[in-house]
Amino acid sequence: MSFLEYRVKFAPTGFAKVLYVNWGLYLLITAAAAIGWLMLYSISGGDMSMWAGPQMKRYAVGLVLSLAMCFTPIWFWRSMSGAAYAVTFFLLIVVHFFGAVGMGAQRWIDLGFVRIQPSEFMKVSLIMALATYYDWLDDRRVSRPLWVLIPVLLIITPTILVILEPNLGTSLMLIVAGASVMFAAGVSLWYFAGVLGLIGAAVAGIFLLRGTPWQLIHDYQYKRIDTFLDPSADPLGAGYNILQAKIALGSGGLTGKGFMQGTQSRLNFLPEKHTDFIFTTLGEEFGFVGAVSLLALYAMILIFLLWAAMQNKDRFSALLLIGIAANFFLYLAVNLAMVMGMAPVVGVPLPFLSYGGSATLVLLLAFGLAQSAIVHRLR
Amino acid sequence: MRRPVRDAEDSARKINRRALFMGGCMAATMAVLAGRMRYLGVDQSDEYSLLAEQNRVNIQLIPPARGLILDRNGKLIAGNEQNYRVVITREGAGDVQLVLDRLSHLVPLNESDMARVLKDIDRNPSFVPIPVADRLSWAQFSGISVNAPALPGVTPDVGLSRVYPRDTDFAHVVGYVGPVSERDLAGLDNPDPLLRIPKFQIGKIGVERWEEDVLRGSAGNRKIEVNHVGRVMRELDRTEGKAGADLTLTMDADIQNFVQVRLGDQSAACVVMDIQNGDIIAAASAPSFDPNLFVRGISNDNYTILTENDHRPLANKVAQGAYPPGSTFKIVTALAALADGKIDINTTVNCPGYLDYGGRKFHCWRSGGHGKVDLAHALEQSCDVYFYEVAQRVGIDKMAEMGKTMGLGQRHDLPMSAIAEGNLPTKAWKQARFKQDWRIGDTINAAIGQGYVLATPLQLAVMTARLASGRMVAPRLIKAIGGVEVPVVEAAPLGLETSQLEAVRAGMADVVNSQHGTGYSARIVNANYQMAGKSGTSQVRNISAAERETGVVGNNDLPWKQRDHALFVAFAPVDAPRYAVSCVVEHGGGGSGVAAPIARDVLLRVLTGALPDPKDYPANQRSRIESMLKDLVLRNPDGTQPNQIKA
Repeated sequence: MSFLEYRVKFAPTGFAKVLYVNWGLYLLITAAAAIGWLMLYSISGGDMSMWAGPQMKRYAVGLVLSLAMCFTPIWFWRSMSGAAYAVTFFLLIVVHFFGAVGMGAQRWIDLGFVRIQPSEFMKVSLIMALATYYDWLDDRRVSRPLWVLIPVLLIITPTILVILEPNLGTSLMLIVAGASVMFAAGVSLWYFAGVLGLIGAAVAGIFLLRGTPWQLIHDYQYKRIDTFLDPSADPLGAGYNILQAKIALGSGGLTGKGFMQGTQSRLNFLPEKHTDFIFTTLGEEFGFVGAVSLLALYAMILIFLLWAAMQNKDRFSALLLIGIAANFFLYLAVNLAMVMGMAPVVGVPLPFLSYGGSATLVLLLAFGLAQSAIVHRLR
Repeated sequence: MRRPVRDAEDSARKINRRALFMGGCMAATMAVLAGRMRYLGVDQSDEYSLLAEQNRVNIQLIPPARGLILDRNGKLIAGNEQNYRVVITREGAGDVQLVLDRLSHLVPLNESDMARVLKDIDRNPSFVPIPVADRLSWAQFSGISVNAPALPGVTPDVGLSRVYPRDTDFAHVVGYVGPVSERDLAGLDNPDPLLRIPKFQIGKIGVERWEEDVLRGSAGNRKIEVNHVGRVMRELDRTEGKAGADLTLTMDADIQNFVQVRLGDQSAACVVMDIQNGDIIAAASAPSFDPNLFVRGISNDNYTILTENDHRPLANKVAQGAYPPGSTFKIVTALAALADGKIDINTTVNCPGYLDYGGRKFHCWRSGGHGKVDLAHALEQSCDVYFYEVAQRVGIDKMAEMGKTMGLGQRHDLPMSAIAEGNLPTKAWKQARFKQDWRIGDTINAAIGQGYVLATPLQLAVMTARLASGRMVAPRLIKAIGGVEVPVVEAAPLGLETSQLEAVRAGMADVVNSQHGTGYSARIVNANYQMAGKSGTSQVRNISAAERETGVVGNNDLPWKQRDHALFVAFAPVDAPRYAVSCVVEHGGGGSGVAAPIARDVLLRVLTGALPDPKDYPANQRSRIESMLKDLVLRNPDGTQPNQIKA
């Protein structure tokens, strides 16, 4: 499989590519990242070096990598997708046996200068692999059971490894993002209906088997669900995060307390205030208006991605863009639902705002891929 | 392998349809999220704002400075000292053990101190300052400041703590403060928020306790912003409190010191009262204790020493100690009979050494008897038989009434703890108390202040003051509050005829100034300061008939606990009375021999305003008195102890 397979009517080459990059999309994600830096600066009490500075540096590095990916032809990436999937899968196995334990879970490979979270990279690799698979697969076979089983295995195998870490949030995102690509590729709706039915059964099973030797999830995961269902039952213990997050968001009111005026985050009432719960600071300091503005920003990013997907006649590119959009959406939806008390706390960062290297880097790489698909679109 | 171009319109349209559907789902989800945000941030905003405010704002009390307690001349009795202490925080120290080791070179820290600090540090958040040592000397305190760079996390700190510079002298009257306890709080409906401050000092006994409201002052407060673990981030608002009012006592610190030292190690009490306004000039109870020990938290060992001492240093014998007043009660017996008209000053009684009543013999202290005595002689020589006879004539109920008039058998309104009522028995009282009829023998015993009669040194001083002034003088301890004089109420007359009072006073003058008087050896020779008094020796055991046959055992041969109490009451100057004194020495022996000399020294000290002059004493006693006075270890005028005692 090579780029020759593409019937290139017109694709920009050389420096002309710069003109075809969707700069608006980069502008939007940089704006989101800038909001993140502002919040990190505020939470640290005006200390640039604490979180905001490092985060800006990471973003800059990530952006350079992203641009590098963006100018690399999309057919190159398609040809790399199998290898990317294999390498990431290998890393997941490595982390399973040799990974560093953090927060009670084996998630990292510590290379000394950088910590790699293979499960984050798997999100992109999986989308690439599935897009490649459906690009290759004859359209008429998409819904045949054997050809549905293959992508399901592609999704389930790494997911099992991630669940074993254990990392519930990421494994859920892998499944849903993978399913989104399958959905977009045209897999029959009956499969999805069937899976949804199975999920309903599984949820029932989780609750019914609790406390028995066959219980399906960890005690701490049960506890998170309990806490989510009734946070006030244990306001100083596990429910503390949710309660304080809601206080922060609610006390912001319509327009917020003002920049650097958030008492909940500055006085440390909020746990994880610079990572998973960073949205609460935005809500506290800029209120409903600030929070909805961020939602609008995210919505525009999603529209850009989906629009680019719909415009793209190349099946791989379109599926890739949809997968990336779905992944991006999952990040923000799960995170926001979590901090607003609508979902259990599962440890998913808010895209481009939360402090952290892996998630930001993976997002930027994914957007680099998306841009590559946009630049190298058949015209 | 080549494969067909995959841009079939069909496939693309399907992708687009599904992408649009997904976009719709995303939009719906985001609308739900926005709705949720609106619910929290707009609809429920007020409630969450309140919760956020409660999270961050704390009110902290600022304890006011406690009012000072001063003597009548403004000398400090109870003050506040800067308490230099040193605290450590774990987050600042890093290696706590290392820092403590270094600190132990500067301040004394033993193993158990270290263990306590380490335990407290483990128990508290890392920023909480843990007290390491307090009451540091200035040298230690500055030593820590100088070495600050080597002591990370260690902060010298200053607070206020109660201090009693005249420690043992005022322990019983002024009392002491201590940290507020659950028991202190239990009795209060709406306690002052100050009392909720951990280790807040409140008065536990004495003036400190009874004038607590005056001395405490009112709290200031500061509104502070705290973080999630309660650490203070900044001060939002501050209102200053009001310091407690200063109290001026009627007492004279130097005289009190003299009296306390004069009593020495004996188990004794002595009260000096101004007979005109009732001012208590001195009220000493010996042995005493150092109230500062209690403020600092007394050790078990020290406390045991105090509670197991049979001289009861913790008791305020002035007001708490109720003793049979012995012959000093003859003043009441005499006044009751005179007022009731049962005798006049010329009435005589024959004393053969005993009174035979219904076959039972009541002995006079002088077994040979006094012969024919009138009131003046009966007082002078303390003839018991005379008062046995007189008491029978007047009856116990009239005597009790007179005792009440003279200030016995009641609690005087003073800011002291555990004031005893004493006892003035009546027929009704005995019936109620023992379900027994009053017998004439009881009256005879009561006539000489034995049996059921009990009085405190304070009451005896009041009695003497009332006799000397002819007025219902009430004792008082508080001279001024916050610099404003407490007005003295003019005392009402006793309602006794002057001639009757004079007769008793004259008899008392003879007690010390007539050659035959029981207290003649305790006379004052300087005519300006001559005193009048009455001795009392009260038995604490029954002398059996058999013992009387073989000869009464002398006091010195008895165990301390069985010896007689020695009492003496006096006023001076004899012709223009100014001060009244009562003195009780528990198990001291004879009143005239033990208590009277103390009363004399004290009166001379008060009247002359200086150390007694040996020239005022009888010539044959001067050298002994001189050396006795020289041996008294008195405080310097500024309240400090002379150097020799420090060594």
